[in-house]
Amino acid sequence: MASPASPVKAFWQAFCENKGALAGLVVVVFVALLAVAADWVAPYAPNEQFREAVRAAPMWAEGGSSRFVLGTDSLGRDMLSRLIHGARISLFIGLAVMGVSFVVGVSLGLACVSFKGALGQALDVTITRLMDLIMAVPSLVLAILVVAVLGPSLPNTIIAVTVVYLPRYVRLVRASALAELEKDYVIAARVAGVRPLRLMLRTVLPNCLSPLIVQAALGVSDAILEAAALGFLGLGAQPPTAEWGTMLADAREFIRSNPWLVTLPGLAILITVVSINLAGDGLRDALDPKMRRS
Amino acid sequence: MLTFLLRRLALTVPTFIALMFVTFVAIRLVPGDPVEVRVGERGISPERLAQFRHELGLDQSVPKQFLDYALQLLHGDFGTSLATNQKVLSEFTALFPATLELSCAAMLLAVLLGVPAGTLAAAKRGTLVDHTVMGLSVTGYSMPIFWWGLLLIMLVAGHWGLTPVSGRIDLIQYYFEPVTGFMVIDAWLSGQPGAVADALHHLVLPAIVLGTIPLAVIARMTRSAMLEVLGEDYVRTARAKGLPAWRVIGLHALRNAMLPVVTVIGLQVGSMMAGAVLTETIFSWPGVGKWLIESIARRDYPALQGGVMLISSIVIGVNLLVDLTYGAINPRIRHG
Repeated sequence: MASPASPVKAFWQAFCENKGALAGLVVVVFVALLAVAADWVAPYAPNEQFREAVRAAPMWAEGGSSRFVLGTDSLGRDMLSRLIHGARISLFIGLAVMGVSFVVGVSLGLACVSFKGALGQALDVTITRLMDLIMAVPSLVLAILVVAVLGPSLPNTIIAVTVVYLPRYVRLVRASALAELEKDYVIAARVAGVRPLRLMLRTVLPNCLSPLIVQAALGVSDAILEAAALGFLGLGAQPPTAEWGTMLADAREFIRSNPWLVTLPGLAILITVVSINLAGDGLRDALDPKMRRS
Repeated sequence: MLTFLLRRLALTVPTFIALMFVTFVAIRLVPGDPVEVRVGERGISPERLAQFRHELGLDQSVPKQFLDYALQLLHGDFGTSLATNQKVLSEFTALFPATLELSCAAMLLAVLLGVPAGTLAAAKRGTLVDHTVMGLSVTGYSMPIFWWGLLLIMLVAGHWGLTPVSGRIDLIQYYFEPVTGFMVIDAWLSGQPGAVADALHHLVLPAIVLGTIPLAVIARMTRSAMLEVLGEDYVRTARAKGLPAWRVIGLHALRNAMLPVVTVIGLQVGSMMAGAVLTETIFSWPGVGKWLIESIARRDYPALQGGVMLISSIVIGVNLLVDLTYGAINPRIRHG
C-alpha cells in the first residue's frame, strides 16, 4: 500500500494543477529575482542621466537603439534600469506592508479573544470598533489622510497602506481564533495547564494560519497597487526614487509625444499584480480542499 | 425587524464618534500652526494672534475643543475652507453630484456587463469562454486604474479622437444652470441640441475606468454564486421539466444567485469612492475626489478633514442601507 503523500507534496500537487497559478508564480519569482539582483542586472544606475539622450525611443521604435532597450525618460535616465529598480521598491513595499500587518494583525486579533472579564471585553470592543472605523473610510482616502499627517515619503507610504489593510488581518485572526477556542483540543490543552500565551501562539494560531496565508499573499498585490496610486498622486515615494507610480506621474505630460514613458511603468505594475493575484488564488484553492475544483 | 434596525443604527454611533475623534486628532498632528498658515509670512502683533486663536477656539483646553468640534459637526458645520473661505459642506454638496453621476454610470456599466459575463462563464464552465472571462476578470481586478485611464486617454481620446480628454461637457458650446447636478440630465432638461450626446461623450471614458474593478469583482462573484446555485435540486428539477437552458439559467438560477452579488455591489461603494479620487484626478472631473487631492496640495486641512468626514459618513450610510436591504430581500436572514 502506498503511503499517503506528505501535506507539502499534496499541497504542491494541488497548486500545480492550476496552470494560471503556476504561471503567476513563475512571473512573481522572476520579478523577485530581478528585484534582488537589480544592481547587477540593470544596465545602468537608476538615477544616472544621459543628457545627450533625453526621451530616447525604445529599441523597436523609430530612432531607438540597443543602448537603451526601453528608451529613456525626460531626464535621460534609462527606463529599463529604473523599472528593474522599481520592482525592488514595489516588492519591498508589498512585503513590508504584509509583514507588519501580519504581526500587528495577529497580535491585535489574538488580543481580542485572549482576555476574560469586563476588561477583556472592553479591549475586544475597542479593537473591533477601531477596525470597523478603518473599514468605513475608503482605502485611498484614509491613506491620503495618513500621508497628509505624516508627510509624503516611502516609509510613510508603508505606514499608511499598513493602516488601511490592518483590519482584514485582525478580523480574520479574531474570527478564526474564536472558532478554534471552542474546539476540544484547545479545551484539553487548557485543562492540561498550558499557559495562556503558549496556548494562543502554539495551540490556536497554527490552526488559523491557512486563511491568513492567503490573505497575506493577496495583501502584497493590494499593497503594491495602493502604494503605486499614492506615488501617482505625488503622495508616495518622492522623486527621484524609481517607484512605478511616481514614474507614471512624472511621465504624464509626455503622454502624447512619448507614449511608452506612460505605458511601461503601468505595464510593470499590472504584470506584477496579476501574477501575485493568480498565484494567491492558486494558493487559496490548494490550501482549502473545499474550494478545490470550483 | 425594528429591533434589528435600531441595534444596527446604534452600532454606527460609536463608529461616528471614533471617526470624529480620529479626524480631530489627525488635523492637530499635521505639521504647521493653522493660525500661522492663515496669517502668512509677514506675521502680526501678539494681540491679533491671541484674538485669532480665540476666534478659532484654539485657546481652549483640548477636550473642550473636541467637544466644540463634535457639536459643530452635529449642527452640520464641517468647518470653513482656508483656501476659499467657503463652508466645507457647501463646497462638498456642490461637487458631490459630479462624483455621484460618475459612480452611478460606472456601477451601471459594471452590473450590466459583469452579471451577464459571470453567468455566461458559469454556464459554459471549463470552456474557452469561461477561461477568457476569468482571465479578463483577474486583469481587471489587478488594474492600476490611474494607468488604465491614461492609456484610454492616449488611445481613445488622443489617437482615435473619439472622446474628449477631460471635463464633463464642452463649456464653450453648451451652458446651462445646474438643476439636478447630473450633467446628462441637466443637458436633457436644457433642451439644447447635442448637449446630451456631448455630456455622454465626456462621461464614457471615466465611467469605464472607474467601473473596471467593480466589473471584475461582480463578474467573479456572479460566476461563483451561479456555480453554487446550478448544483441545487430545483435547478435539476427545472432542467428535468424540459425548460430551455436560458430559462433555467436566466430565471431560476440567476434570481437565487443574485443575493451575494447584491452584497458585493453594496460593498463596492467604498472602493468606488477611493477609485473616484484617481479617476477624477486623471480626467479633471470636477468632483469631490479631485477636490480632496487639491485640498492637500493647498494645505487646506479643514477641507480635507471635512471631506474625509463626509465621504466616510456616506460610505457608512450606504453600508447600513446594504445591511438592511439584505435582510429585506432574503427572508432567511431577516433579523428578529
